[in-house]
Amino acid sequence: MSDLQSPASTGTAGKASDDAPVKATAGGDAPSGPATSGRSFLPQSTLLRHLLVLAVCAVLAVVILEITSPFQNSQLATLTYYAIAAGGLTVLTGMNGQISLGHGALMAAGAYTTALFLDAEEPLPLPVILLAAVVVATAIGALVGVAAARLHGPYLAGATLALAVGLPGLAIYFHDVFGGEQGLRVRAPQSPEWFDGFIDAVSGNSASSTKWLAYVGAICLLITYFFLANLIRSRIGRTWRAVRDQEVAAELAGINLGAWRVLAFVVSAAAAGLAGGVLAIVVRLAAPSGFTIVLSLALLTAIVIGGLGSLVGALLGSALLVFLPPFVTNLGGDFGLSQTEAAQLAPFVYGVVLIVVMIFVPAGFVGTIRLRWMTRKAKRAMAQAGADGASSRG
Amino acid sequence: MDYFVNVTLTGLTQGMIYSAFALALVLIWRSTRIVNFAQGSMAAATTFIALALIQAGQSYWVALIVALASGFVLGAIVERVIIRPVEGGPELNAVIVTLGLFVAIQASIAIIFGSSFQSFPTPFGVRGLEVGGSTIPLTPTSLYVIGSVLVVMALLVALFRFTRIGLAMRASAFSQEVARLLGVKVGGMLTLGWGLAAVVGSLSGLLIAGGTFVWPAYMDALIVFGFVAAIIGGLDSPVGAIVGGLILGLALSYVSGYAPRGSALVNISALVILIVVLLVRPGGLFSSTTARRA
Repeated sequence: MSDLQSPASTGTAGKASDDAPVKATAGGDAPSGPATSGRSFLPQSTLLRHLLVLAVCAVLAVVILEITSPFQNSQLATLTYYAIAAGGLTVLTGMNGQISLGHGALMAAGAYTTALFLDAEEPLPLPVILLAAVVVATAIGALVGVAAARLHGPYLAGATLALAVGLPGLAIYFHDVFGGEQGLRVRAPQSPEWFDGFIDAVSGNSASSTKWLAYVGAICLLITYFFLANLIRSRIGRTWRAVRDQEVAAELAGINLGAWRVLAFVVSAAAAGLAGGVLAIVVRLAAPSGFTIVLSLALLTAIVIGGLGSLVGALLGSALLVFLPPFVTNLGGDFGLSQTEAAQLAPFVYGVVLIVVMIFVPAGFVGTIRLRWMTRKAKRAMAQAGADGASSRG
Repeated sequence: MDYFVNVTLTGLTQGMIYSAFALALVLIWRSTRIVNFAQGSMAAATTFIALALIQAGQSYWVALIVALASGFVLGAIVERVIIRPVEGGPELNAVIVTLGLFVAIQASIAIIFGSSFQSFPTPFGVRGLEVGGSTIPLTPTSLYVIGSVLVVMALLVALFRFTRIGLAMRASAFSQEVARLLGVKVGGMLTLGWGLAAVVGSLSGLLIAGGTFVWPAYMDALIVFGFVAAIIGGLDSPVGAIVGGLILGLALSYVSGYAPRGSALVNISALVILIVVLLVRPGGLFSSTTARRA
């Protein structure tokens, strides 16, 4: 949409806010060309810019993890795996317009792989295990993606819903390998010595196992988002948006719709697999009850609230998934609900938020702010143009 | 042989319920081009209303009627308040809204009625009928299930074929603009359609609950089965939905009856059937529509 317009025609950018409710995905439109105005202090090259942002975020992550308590560390570890999966879903739903309710099942694939590998006598190094989780989830994602590429909208939602409901059943069927309903306990990996030294040098805090896991999650998150951000800004990302916005035009331009849809599914499945791996070591359990349909819908809530198609939005939405449930559960307790009743308030809020956001602000949090900003810029440009015209006449 | 007959009859009974549920999805799809993923939760909600009445001492039949009526009201309200703003918009928005409704209703059930397993009564026995001294595996309950689904289907056919309202509903589903020009109150027809679909969905919820346990998420599998059945039938055809439901019911019954530890494989079989159907005939077995492009 707006990224097709030249800077000279920004006067029409105000129209984008009218278009947004019609096309929710439009709200998440990242301008694909290098942004020229207002970013002059950042490097022109996308890769360099993203590397810079990555470095800043890495420092921020260390600072945040060091000034927070061990409990908050574990909350942040939870945040990292939600955010990794939500980032992948952002690519799929926001960038390519495909919906998936099956990401919970793909996370399960990653989690079970991690659990099985960590259970070995001499476990492989953690990065190798997480990579294996990614590979397994990617393989399943490719399989599902091939089927999904021919589907759209409700068909795709239904097929992936069947995946979300069906796949955990395999864990019960092969209960000798996957431990049935009880699932697999995960042996948490020990922190290496260099990590203890690093923490001691940075803040003097004790390097607990919780802290190590939070760092593992943060590292995975940063790597994933760096990859995804570059993908979104690349030729690949532009092609995905073309497939999403104008199927027919994209096909006429020589784009093989199916292949690009499968690629989007594969990339987002890889992210889901990594998220599942991190989940397994953070939660220390891989069980069917952890990968219900509510998990998939929670991820969907995260990306919808944040704004479809924006990684920052996915991160903010994931933060909401982590910090909202304790908050509403407490609130429910104050209003006299029992523990089990209050625990259901979180999914209730997810559902209501999905409905309200879709009806009133389909562009989501980041999308709405971006639209406001673009509208203001456009108005200013128009006022400027008007003033110029007046002065040249006078 | 007895075992085969037994498994087949179980499959047919279950298939009738899937048919009813698929029919509810198809009714809504035809009128508003939306797949109502909240159908299962809505049906679960009315089932819990019925259960509350039964536990309060009312008879099964009173509870049934109240549940169906509340299903109608719930469906109509949902269409008017929540679905109307996203009707005709991008399909992704509508899908997300119905999914939100799905979680929200399910969580509300858990908050109001509790999330424990509760047994749901059935008005008829679950022992096989005796014919000529030998027991056949057809229970009064399965007869009741099959019978009530058939009655509802007959009523729907009558409504759509022989009444003015049915004609108006078909007209607004066929072409909203033209129907509106001819004086049909399209908005009202859509609300009515959602209400009727919710009644059929509620009925399938009550039937599947009969004689077993209910909990807030007990319809999760049925929404998948109903969807698969509707897809087999092409999402657009009521007859297709019924046939699809029966095919799926039989297939799943054979998987669970003959495969070793087959009951754990039922959900994944539904997925396999769905994928195969979508790959071979993406429009479903009964579809007549051509591919729609933006």
